[in-house]
Amino acid sequence: MKIAILLNGIVGVFLAIPIIGYLLGPLLKKDSSYNYWTPLGSLDQFPVGETRLANYHNPVGVAWDGQTGTIPCWVRCVATGKFQVFAINCAHLGCPVRWFPQSKLFMCPCHGGVYYQDGARASGPPLRGLFQYSYKIAGDQLMIKAGELPTLSTQASVAKPEHSPCQG
Amino acid sequence: MPGLKQRAIELYGWFERRIGLAGPITEAAEHPVPSSSASWWYVFGSAAAVILVMQIVTGILLALVYTPSAGEAWNSLQFLNHDLLLGWFLRALHGWGSNFMIAIVLIHMTQVFLFGAFKFPRELTWIVGVFLLLMTLGMAFTGQVLRFDQDAYWGLGIGTSIAGRVPFIGAPLVHLVLGGPIIGGTTLSRFFALHVFVIPGILLGCVALHLWMVLHLGINEWPMPGRLVRKSTYVQEYASITHKTGIPFVPDAAWKDAVFAAAIILAIIASALFFGPIGPSGPPDPTIIQTAPKPDMVFLWLYALLAYLPPKLETPFLLIVPVLVIGGLVLLPLVAGEGEKHWSRRPVAVLMVMMIAVSLGALTRLATYVPWSPIMDAWSGDPVPPKFLERRTPLEHQGALVFQEKQCRNCHALDGVGGMRGPELDAVATRLTEDQLIRQVLQGGGNMPAYGSALSPPETTALVRFLETLNGNRIPARDPSRVLIRKSETVLKPHNESLTSASQ
Repeated sequence: MKIAILLNGIVGVFLAIPIIGYLLGPLLKKDSSYNYWTPLGSLDQFPVGETRLANYHNPVGVAWDGQTGTIPCWVRCVATGKFQVFAINCAHLGCPVRWFPQSKLFMCPCHGGVYYQDGARASGPPLRGLFQYSYKIAGDQLMIKAGELPTLSTQASVAKPEHSPCQG
Repeated sequence: MPGLKQRAIELYGWFERRIGLAGPITEAAEHPVPSSSASWWYVFGSAAAVILVMQIVTGILLALVYTPSAGEAWNSLQFLNHDLLLGWFLRALHGWGSNFMIAIVLIHMTQVFLFGAFKFPRELTWIVGVFLLLMTLGMAFTGQVLRFDQDAYWGLGIGTSIAGRVPFIGAPLVHLVLGGPIIGGTTLSRFFALHVFVIPGILLGCVALHLWMVLHLGINEWPMPGRLVRKSTYVQEYASITHKTGIPFVPDAAWKDAVFAAAIILAIIASALFFGPIGPSGPPDPTIIQTAPKPDMVFLWLYALLAYLPPKLETPFLLIVPVLVIGGLVLLPLVAGEGEKHWSRRPVAVLMVMMIAVSLGALTRLATYVPWSPIMDAWSGDPVPPKFLERRTPLEHQGALVFQEKQCRNCHALDGVGGMRGPELDAVATRLTEDQLIRQVLQGGGNMPAYGSALSPPETTALVRFLETLNGNRIPARDPSRVLIRKSETVLKPHNESLTSASQ
């Protein structure tokens, strides 16, 4: 009987290892493998001094992502060749922030988080500024390193914006 | 005919001889319960079980059509709602069944708590019940995700943002919840598996255990003030109550359960007919950012709480309080397993129920009109009421334009219309002097952003002139030092304009 229990224990472990591996698969990837350089559009779409909505195709998606595979972000062209690319997700709870060029503010419709044009926190519940993507310019294309949903703990590629609380 | 009857009895006997369940089932159905427990207060648990059956049946029927693919789920719901005969009704039944389920489960829990039914020897029945509540909420959240629409998409974002706040394991937790680094095809599939296989499987197992324990230990007797529960004597006392006043559960007590269950199912049908299916709202397209996501009714209180907690307390609150609440609920029967059962002798228990009910109710009510959210289109959609523009100078009119154009209205109401994030400004000039207005506008503060970089000096002047006219026909706030200066100016130049008109 003891041998039977031992045998079943061993078989159980052999079965459990691949099952647990399968379940935890999403966690076992290295952070760097979540984010890839992704084209955002040609540079002339982003005039200097303006902040515009741009969409990118999720580089780590699957074929059946449907509409969720295309993700928006805000692109601010600070000067020629100098950009800030903000995640659409509010740093509070991830709702989509909207840009208001007249008041130069990003506002979140959920709990009223507000950010300045450089992404710094202006008011409301967010504890930090907007998440930013790393960017590079390849030819006439603006590329960002994207793939991971930005939250307070998943910011592998998402740099903290410089904090400038006082705009006045 | 007697021959036919005889045949039927023989046939039944053939099956019963091989299955052998009729005896135990009859015994369980007719087991004696204290006559005091055959009350209308004891019908909620069975009603929850009946709704569960309805949810399983309607859920399976919806699964015949629903497509658990991120690319197609929303379309399959549209198909159910509009193209399939009575598809909308099945969706409505399942959605409203979920709302009623949570309401009934909470009422059942409150009743059990106030009647002291969690005390010895029914501690484990309560603890299993706590897990049943958690799984019911789990079903509500995963079900909301399966309605793969705008709210579901951003709701997932909110859920993962909360998960991302867990220290050390935040990132892996986010990836585990989403089935990958971001909301997409793999996310919906795993929520489908959770909603349809994992949680219902555990739920059914727990329901079976919960019911078995109710049968095994007997239903709680009607509590009497002063009749204390003691571990040494309770079982004997309960046996004597059941012996003296016992009535068979079926039919003497069960008819009330049956009537109430029928009424509840009827109420669900009525809600489904009157209010129709819940959602889906817009498609799960994150590029449509003109949206104000909101959770389902069950989670509205949490949505409100996250708006009102001080930002720095949010993460500790989100991570610690659920552990304390669940821990408290699980430990309750182990800590307070003996003693008084009757609510009239347990003022703290009654007060707690009232406090929790009022808090959850108030937070839910607030979340229905979200006073903390800016109204994103108020600046362009709600014009300044004419009464604030009559007999004003061109500069003040210009200020009203600035007020609208700079989205002030999104957070500040005029005449009750506009955002409620900041204070209503109908009489702001009675609260703030000119200097204070300028400072507030340019530097912000008190939860208002600074507009210094968004306003030119002429715009600021015009805006403040307009704000100064908003005095609600009362005396505007004045800086005492200004008053003194003006007074001295008046003394020096007696022909100057009067003080009142100067401050207007």
